[in-house]
Amino acid sequence: MADWRPSEAQQQRLVVARRMHRRSSLLASASAVVFFAVVALALVSSPGWPTVRATFFDWSQAVEAWPDVVEGFWVNVRLFLLAEPLILLLGLAVAAVRVSRSPVLVPLRMIAIGYTDLFRGLPTILVVFLVCFGVPALQLQGVTTSLFWLALVALVLSYGAYVAEVFRAGIESVHPSQVASATALGLSNAQTLRHVVVPQAVRRVLPPLLNDFISLQKDTALVATVGLLDALGTASDAANYSFNFTPYLVAAALFVALTVPLARLTDWLGRRAMQRERAGVP
Amino acid sequence: MSSPPVLRIERLRKTYGDRTVLRDLDLTVEAHDVVCLIGASGSGKSTLLRCIDLLEPTQDGTIWFEGQDVSDPRVDARAVRKRIGVVFQAYNLFPHLTVLDNVMLAPRKVHGLSADQARARATELLEQFGLADKADAHPDRLSGGQQQRAAVVRALATSPSLLLLDEVTAALDPLLVGEVLEILRRLAEQGTTMVLATHEMGFARDVATKVCFLDDGCVLEEGSPAAMFSAPREQRTRQFLRRIL
Ligand SMILES: Nc1ncnc2c1ncn2[C@@H]1O[C@H](COP(=O)(O)OP(=O)(O)O)[C@@H](O)[C@H]1O
Ligand SMILES: [Mg+2]
Repeated sequence: MADWRPSEAQQQRLVVARRMHRRSSLLASASAVVFFAVVALALVSSPGWPTVRATFFDWSQAVEAWPDVVEGFWVNVRLFLLAEPLILLLGLAVAAVRVSRSPVLVPLRMIAIGYTDLFRGLPTILVVFLVCFGVPALQLQGVTTSLFWLALVALVLSYGAYVAEVFRAGIESVHPSQVASATALGLSNAQTLRHVVVPQAVRRVLPPLLNDFISLQKDTALVATVGLLDALGTASDAANYSFNFTPYLVAAALFVALTVPLARLTDWLGRRAMQRERAGVP
Repeated sequence: MSSPPVLRIERLRKTYGDRTVLRDLDLTVEAHDVVCLIGASGSGKSTLLRCIDLLEPTQDGTIWFEGQDVSDPRVDARAVRKRIGVVFQAYNLFPHLTVLDNVMLAPRKVHGLSADQARARATELLEQFGLADKADAHPDRLSGGQQQRAAVVRALATSPSLLLLDEVTAALDPLLVGEVLEILRRLAEQGTTMVLATHEMGFARDVATKVCFLDDGCVLEEGSPAAMFSAPREQRTRQFLRRIL
């Protein structure tokens, strides 16, 4: 095969294909430029534009708000990074309890069902309110009153219920003959779950899980409603102080900057999982 | 014949709801026997194999495995399954583990071997069955025949005293059936006690010590392969063999 040369006809085809490809990329770029130019022009020439520009796109306001909003955003990032592993653990534990058939775990299973039913029904913002205002009001000995930790608990509780259901769906999608094979090898139910079912389920639900995490990243801004000075909280303080909305845009830009890479990662993992599924059919 | 048979089944009954799948089924498997279960699709071959491995509850009758009544509800099913190897028709291997890890899983987690002991045993078996170069591959990189051979190796890794095989070549490309039957033949020569559901009549004729014809949930006729294939007594057996041969 080393001395293969494309035939005369094939070389011709390649030349044509290259020309066609060049033409279509040119067309794509041109249409994109025209489209965005028209949109920008429409925006800038609209009657309200000068006011909008002054209240939303004020560079000096952005520069002034930047340090505070970034510091506030660090609260969002910390909440997100701490909540994510906790949610995974809680979700996996709840899912495992729900699919277990052990009689000893019956009370736990009832709690798990009640928990997922309740917290999937409650709006996250309500959970944040209830935990951040309700728990300190109980004046329990030794329970934190720090808004940060309470807000973290609220997010974990709310998202844990979703993630538990994602895991459960993944666990139930594993082919029953895999469980039969593991049982036949003498593995216990717990070992089957741990070594055979959960690893396959996790691979399968990784893309939807990451999707949930993108939405968690945004929902960390809900903590601003209880007075925590995250990116939204600081932006809103700054906006109230200066009667200018530019700080909100700064906060928005920070959230988007964090979400986009995660979204790309999700796309990539989803594509890869799909290829694996197709290749894995025996 | 002082030692008890490896497996003795008496009047086994298995129902799904009000549907009776196995009725008054008797079967005896001596050490080093190769028992081929033949019969039409739906006659109960898979169900019988699953009942032997205690993967299904039974409704009546008794199963003795190595002299122990394993139908007793107090019996630890896992302890019994540890001594029986099973290979199903398809989807045997765990796709997230390499072939080596598939083979090592039960020896390590169920039989308590160290990682080194388990690896040594697994590597030796994979070599013996021509899969040494696939040890680190995931199952999706193997052909169907290689996958089933790996599944047999995995079932053998814990040195079971009985091997159950449920139509292990049925899902394979005809070209790949031979390589799997070849290793079963070798296992038979080494004296492995096996019960296999199969439609490979040539294999049954050559290798089986006993052929059992299942019909409507019971063993209608059994005998040596020579007797079964050349002079079946029952009309239904003759019909079945005529259709399949
Ligand atoms: N889980 C099940 N629930 C209900 N019926 C079943 C189940 N498994 C098998 N059967 C029925 O039991 C009969 C025997 O099936 P099977 O043992 O798979 O036969 P074979 O392996 O000989 O083709 C079939 O009629 C089948 O429909
Ligand atoms: Mg079958």
